Amino acid sequence: MLEKALSGGRLYWFWMAALALVAAGGFASYLLQLRDGLVVTGMGRDVSWGLYIGQFTFFVGVAASAVTVVLPYYLHDHRVFGPITILGEFLAISSVVMCLAFIFADMGQPFRILNVFLHPSPASPMFWDTVVLSGYLALNLAIGWAALGAERKRVPPPRWVKPLIYISIPWAISIHTVTAFIYAGLPDRHLWLSAITAVRFLASAFASGPALLLLLCVAVERFTSFRPGREPRAALSLIIAYAFTAHLFFLILEFFTAYYSGIPAYRHSLGYLFFGAGDGAGFMPVMAASLLCAAVALIVLLVPALRKNDRAMMAAAVLVFASIMLEKGVGFVPAGFNPAPTGALAEYAPTLTELAITAGIWAAGLLVLSALFKIIVSVREEA
Amino acid sequence: MELNRRDLLKRAFRTGLALFGGAAAFEVVRGELLADDGRNAQVRHFAMAVDLPLCLAAVSCSDCVTACHKGHNVPSIPDKKREIKWIWKEPFDQAFPGEAHEYTRQDLKGKEVMALCNHCDNPPCVRVCPTGATWRREDGIVMMDMHRCIGCRYCMAACPYGSRSFNWSDPARVLPVKAANPEYPRRTKGVVEKCSFCDELVDTGKLPLCVGACKAGALVFGDLNDAGSVVRKALAGRYAIRRKPSLGTGPNVYYLV
Repeated sequence: MLEKALSGGRLYWFWMAALALVAAGGFASYLLQLRDGLVVTGMGRDVSWGLYIGQFTFFVGVAASAVTVVLPYYLHDHRVFGPITILGEFLAISSVVMCLAFIFADMGQPFRILNVFLHPSPASPMFWDTVVLSGYLALNLAIGWAALGAERKRVPPPRWVKPLIYISIPWAISIHTVTAFIYAGLPDRHLWLSAITAVRFLASAFASGPALLLLLCVAVERFTSFRPGREPRAALSLIIAYAFTAHLFFLILEFFTAYYSGIPAYRHSLGYLFFGAGDGAGFMPVMAASLLCAAVALIVLLVPALRKNDRAMMAAAVLVFASIMLEKGVGFVPAGFNPAPTGALAEYAPTLTELAITAGIWAAGLLVLSALFKIIVSVREEA
Repeated sequence: MELNRRDLLKRAFRTGLALFGGAAAFEVVRGELLADDGRNAQVRHFAMAVDLPLCLAAVSCSDCVTACHKGHNVPSIPDKKREIKWIWKEPFDQAFPGEAHEYTRQDLKGKEVMALCNHCDNPPCVRVCPTGATWRREDGIVMMDMHRCIGCRYCMAACPYGSRSFNWSDPARVLPVKAANPEYPRRTKGVVEKCSFCDELVDTGKLPLCVGACKAGALVFGDLNDAGSVVRKALAGRYAIRRKPSLGTGPNVYYLV
């Protein structure tokens, strides 16, 4: 079926070429980083993880969120998701590809990355994250490919797919839980050291992922002959509404514990993320933008008339995605390093090189996604 | 019962998964419950004591830092953000965030104390390392293999003391060739490094470089399991504090106040 990604109209090729160009720019910047070291980024000894790991965390969430369509469709026979389940699975594939690329970009010695498998360390959440992410990629490739292949031949999917689908459901939860465990078990990093970090990750993932999927449904409808229709989008809107509300509720819980307990260490890290500290604004502008997006999106999501309005809902999806991208993909990781172990504050801002590499990985992810979606559309056009 | 290939693979996979999961749980629980605090007298348990009044009396002295960094080819990087340091001066209030208050003794308040890797009994950096590039020796020294390290910097996020440094660029480009100690391995960019309690010296019965360099005799190093050791004697006679002991890391650098 891969050949279907290789035939397309002028618009398709223009789009793919544009993405390839940005990806190539990112790769060129990466070569620079490879030559000079991570000194080309904005990271330092106090804030030692930045945009790469933040983006990694965010896209693990997007990958995991495929479960929000897979579970209702396969476990509850929720037919509405029939046409878009495979979109969700292929979105998961391209997200995991991006995650792996972000991890690779962040390594100081990327060519030693296989040491993770050569010297397996079961006490390290990062080791497990590598394992579950690779497994999740394999699962979704197998499931998506088999389902689409069956659809093409107009036969029911092979029987071996079913158990894989059932495994993929808890597996999706596991990838984001393990990602949360990378942070949630570190002594004295109070922004992360919270028992609800994993559920917060899942809630924000189940809002931002479906928001992206909803927008992709609209794009597919706009640019191709494939018409998923309004119903799957309406069902997605509902999932987004619940998950996003839960996400904001969890944020309030963090604030309560940090501020009511009065324990300085708890308060300082959360306070730094939202309000900055000392002379520095820190991530305050980022978080203010995130909250503003959240407030507008919440109104649309909670008022049924607005949620059911196509344009309003599309805007809400953009805002939900942006809000969580800013909070989880930009702020959460670097801000967690402040205050430093010594109480000092270290500001972090990504450099142009870092931004170019990040944009390159986004473009590469979109390239994979577009090729996969093109295959789906071509298969369905034939059917 | 006939066992076909698929069943065999399935079983092997399940068994492997169970064993591995068990091993993971064991590692974590063992770290907590059996945190090897070196009480076994057969084994040595290295620790350091810093005599604060003695150290602070030598106001502008930094002999220990020079000796350590020279001996281990630690480059001196002017950019504080990308600094590499194995032993350094940290203001008392920042080294001991819970200890300092408005009326802290004047001889301590705001004064710079020596900070280094605490060679913890239950080191979070070792727990999180995905490749086993950092590990704790039986005698308590937390080691670092700069040639296995993949540079993920997870250990830096895990260390609550800021004791780990990353080579943001190639150290060879900063380090003057003449200053290098050919006996000690030089490293590449993209790896983490830290104080090693001079394992290479300790193994031959010598003292760590910093201890040897301290003219004031403010740094004491020895075996906690030996009641007659200098470090035990120092701890027996003086009140000692450690950095962030409430985190359960079990730091092995003591500060005599």
